Amino acid sequence: MTTFTAPTIAWAELAPVLIVLGAGILGVGVEAFVPQRLRRTVQLVLALAATAGALVAVALLWHGVHKTGGSRLFDGAYILDGPALILQGIIVGLALLALLVIADRTSLGEDAFAPSGAAVPGSDYEQLARRKGLVLTEVYPLVLFATGGMMIFPAAGDLLLMFVALEVLSLPLYLLSGLARRRRLLSQEAAMKYFLLGAFASAFFLFGAALLYGFAGSIKLADIATATSSVLGMDSLLFAGLAMLLVGILFKVGAVPFHAWTPDVYQGAPTPITGFMAACTKAAAVGVLLRVVYVVLPGLRWELKPVLWTVAILTMLVGTVIAIVQTDIKRMLAYSAIAHAGFILTGVVAWNQRGISGTLFYLLAYGIASIGAFGVVSLVRETNDAGEVLGEATHLSQWAGLGKRSPLLAGAFTLFLLSLAGIPLTAGFTGKFAVFTAAVAGSATPLVIVGVIASAAAAFFYVRVIVLMFFTDAAGTAAERTTVVRSEGLTAAAISIAVAATILLGVLPSPVLTLVTQAAKFIP
Amino acid sequence: MAILRLLELAPAQQQAASGFLQTSAWLLVAIPLLSAAFLLLAGKRADGWGHWVGVAAPGLAFVLGLGVTVSLLGGDAATRVRSLHLFSWIPAGSLHLDAGLRLDPLSLTFVLLVTFVGTLIHVYSVAYMDHDPSRRRFFAYLNFFIAAMLLLVLADSYLLLFVGWEGVGLASYLLIGFWNHETPNAVAAKKAFVMNRVGDLGMLVALMVMFASFGAVDFTTVFHGAPGASAGVLTAISLMLLLAACGKSAQFPLQAWLGDAMAGPTPVSALIHAATMVTAGVYLVVRSAPIFEGAPNAQLVVVIVGGITLIFGAIVGLAKDDIKKVLAASTMSQIGYMMLAAGLGPIGYAFAIFHLVTHGFFKAGLFLGAGSVMHGMDDQVDMRRFGALQKFLPITWATFAIAWLAILGIPPFSGFWTKDKIIEAAFVGDGWRPWVFGLVALIGAGLTAFYMSRLFFMTFHGTERWTKDQHPHEAPKLMTVPMIVLAVGSAFVGGLLSIGGAFSTWLEPVTGHHEHAEPVLSVPAITVATLVLVLAGAFFAWRQYVVSTVPVTPPLASVLTRAARHDLYQDEVNEALFMHPGQYLTRSLTYGDRRVLDAGVDGIGRLVAGTGELLRRWQNGYARSYAATMVAGLLILLVVVLAFQS
Repeated sequence: MTTFTAPTIAWAELAPVLIVLGAGILGVGVEAFVPQRLRRTVQLVLALAATAGALVAVALLWHGVHKTGGSRLFDGAYILDGPALILQGIIVGLALLALLVIADRTSLGEDAFAPSGAAVPGSDYEQLARRKGLVLTEVYPLVLFATGGMMIFPAAGDLLLMFVALEVLSLPLYLLSGLARRRRLLSQEAAMKYFLLGAFASAFFLFGAALLYGFAGSIKLADIATATSSVLGMDSLLFAGLAMLLVGILFKVGAVPFHAWTPDVYQGAPTPITGFMAACTKAAAVGVLLRVVYVVLPGLRWELKPVLWTVAILTMLVGTVIAIVQTDIKRMLAYSAIAHAGFILTGVVAWNQRGISGTLFYLLAYGIASIGAFGVVSLVRETNDAGEVLGEATHLSQWAGLGKRSPLLAGAFTLFLLSLAGIPLTAGFTGKFAVFTAAVAGSATPLVIVGVIASAAAAFFYVRVIVLMFFTDAAGTAAERTTVVRSEGLTAAAISIAVAATILLGVLPSPVLTLVTQAAKFIP
Repeated sequence: MAILRLLELAPAQQQAASGFLQTSAWLLVAIPLLSAAFLLLAGKRADGWGHWVGVAAPGLAFVLGLGVTVSLLGGDAATRVRSLHLFSWIPAGSLHLDAGLRLDPLSLTFVLLVTFVGTLIHVYSVAYMDHDPSRRRFFAYLNFFIAAMLLLVLADSYLLLFVGWEGVGLASYLLIGFWNHETPNAVAAKKAFVMNRVGDLGMLVALMVMFASFGAVDFTTVFHGAPGASAGVLTAISLMLLLAACGKSAQFPLQAWLGDAMAGPTPVSALIHAATMVTAGVYLVVRSAPIFEGAPNAQLVVVIVGGITLIFGAIVGLAKDDIKKVLAASTMSQIGYMMLAAGLGPIGYAFAIFHLVTHGFFKAGLFLGAGSVMHGMDDQVDMRRFGALQKFLPITWATFAIAWLAILGIPPFSGFWTKDKIIEAAFVGDGWRPWVFGLVALIGAGLTAFYMSRLFFMTFHGTERWTKDQHPHEAPKLMTVPMIVLAVGSAFVGGLLSIGGAFSTWLEPVTGHHEHAEPVLSVPAITVATLVLVLAGAFFAWRQYVVSTVPVTPPLASVLTRAARHDLYQDEVNEALFMHPGQYLTRSLTYGDRRVLDAGVDGIGRLVAGTGELLRRWQNGYARSYAATMVAGLLILLVVVLAFQS
């Protein structure tokens, strides 16, 4: 008869994740017990309080982690070290920002989500739901669950927890992608594709994990890292396993050739969710990649360098080149997200401490600009002949002359684009600077050269939108029917915060850079 | 050899800024920037008096700049390079990027020029923009420009310089398109925007190469490391910097935007597109002297670019009838002179900057005069519709005449002291170069004399050719006083600063000392030849435009004249070389932004776009093919990993 020993649970160290997931579970309860008219308010307050609370918890944990270097919980399944904690902070902070955009109902009084997600598009039931003014408040717990998964993902010290976190973050996202209020079919198609391809990638991940277990006899990253040098004669098992594991992760990162879902999903998903995915999913997936690369791969860097280099170069080039021919603003930003995945990879494969800190900074800068940019996109709408406001004006030609009619909004969008393009005095520049210097120091100069060329070419399509907004006349074109809806204040707040952060991280980045530099050490 | 020359170049060691005036030099940038922000945010309440705030900002900056200059003059020449650390910008590991200012004779020369001429033009604008409902916004943009320009010249690193560089660009587009309710103006702003992006690309690449080779982008480290770098690296950096300079200074082959930029209000043309911003390219080349010194081939390219632009601008100027476009062509040509001088090396640096200063005075004076004429003639710009304005606008005539004599290079006016020196310097050297460059500079002087005299005579002399309902009248005092001040400058600045080579000596801590070298022709011979050519040019202009009558409609002319009227077909060339081939490849994917008239530069993007279009087909929307791609990706990954493993 075995006696059950209760595991010791380090409540404090788990607090950020527990707060977010707990609030998600509470949210499900809210759906069941709180009257409909109060639900949105309660859910919103709960979600904002949870993310803010988690952010505070992260801040409180920082001192200890900084001093001790971090701790291993659950026998090493969950590792709270510097990078993991900083990533949790970045993810939950960005999620807070994204929630503001998600919650905004604009002056029209309707949010970006379908009144009833279960209704068949175009059916009578959907019409009824719309007329009755139903609101899909399940969105908030879904976002919280996804955020919780993302926060566990980079802290996972073994492949099993990693896989669980991957699924916890992915499943809500599949649902959220299919809930757009307008263009329901496009949205549902996106969700379906995302689900199929995501499941496919997860299968690779799991298979890779199985092979690695076969190789090392353990699912712990630290054990696999030790086994790479001690176990002989099973190299094909090791490399096949690693390759499959990497496919699963690179899929979430959005790296070429595992990027194909990105534009379709980014375009179809509700715009606030696109912003959330672009910023937070990327941070979580890159976080895991960092852990795998820096904990498992150091002994194998010569074998894996060609692959990672190729992926990074392809990602930068394909993302940039295809972005140039896009005519849809959301697709353009999607390809730009792919290109950015490539820039981030240059920091990842630098294989030095500066690479870790540069990547962390880049994720923050890129995430802020992305949420801000998609927030702006969610406010620019098209109208029909009767002057009724419809969905988002996503065709580029509809953005002509926006700078004259809404100078502030267009100005904010310009700033985000400049940051994405990496122009000095914006956060994006500092981020690019940080990863590129790290890559040069890690003797990955060819990657940096490709990166510089790609950024120069990428500046073309960002600047094109700026030219379109400020120097092109809207008269006589489709853009005449574009209008800007007023935000309820939430999106405006998110955009203002993003503007301030983008400038601050561009002009005075040193406190944040110091912070990520202090954090840039993985413990196995 | 190169190292020796470089040591010569940097005799002054850098010291930290000291004293109240020097340590508060950051206010030079902050004052106009704050004023711009204030004017933009103040709202309609400030409409009645806001412009005086706008005038005060560059005025204050000038006083402060003067104070700093005096404090530098108080010390020994060797102590005249000061650095002012502002804050630590990006500390990334062992690599630091600091934001700081560099106070030295070169930057302060620019500070004084920009703030002095800037203040005058601000005063002028108060009256010129009197009836414009958005005058406050105009002054905010002008102040912003001053701030960005001062940051550009005061920056102590290429990165901070680039920030100012982008800032003046932004101000320039905002002001060119200030009256953007008219489509051509918006198109002109866009053209300037796109052409400048090409130049900026050069700057970005130069920054990256610098960073890769020296590990830093601040002037001190880069210039210190330059002698040890290979000629290839230095040539690459130099050529990229030159590309940036060409974009900003409207030099060949990126010259097409300047003529169209005249769509902006005339004070803007005077300040940004004549006196200051367009000369930033010359500043960049002179500032980067230690890099160019190590790349003689790049220097040769600078001289050639300068030479081509100088002749190109002059030829375009010969045939234009729009008074502002003639002045724009002339600006292009004069900056060509400066570029040429800057490319000649230490012998030319001081004269390039000196000519830049005198040009700042007389060209601003010419533009303000042209503005005064337009003011009196209901915004007419066609010189064939002017004539005999001397009696109606006596003050404008007098100030314009002085500036005209100055640009012609008639002694003792300012232009003589600077342009003549550049021509002399162009004649220095061995082999074929002095002859070619010298003759180009000499011929340019003759052409300049012809087209500027043509402009002067067609506007102020000859017969009256305006329509009945036009009533030419002199401008108000707020406009004439700045013109008079600039005329005084155009008359005396060159001569005064030449006494004992004062200006060259002042710049020596930056440009290095250069012993006088003998040109291939004797100096008096060059001076006489120049004067003869200039007088001949002026004489032919007088004969054609004063003695014989000027037709009101342009006569059918020779092939060359017609080419010149069309800016030597620069737009057509851009279209044929860049735009059409690119468009042909990608005709299917033109989007809403079709009305790009001649953004030839777009073509490069479109070539890339062609590739993008091919790749896009791959993105067909079927989940099954995406999954197939992933499997293919995995297989390739596996193959590569296993291949490299053994």
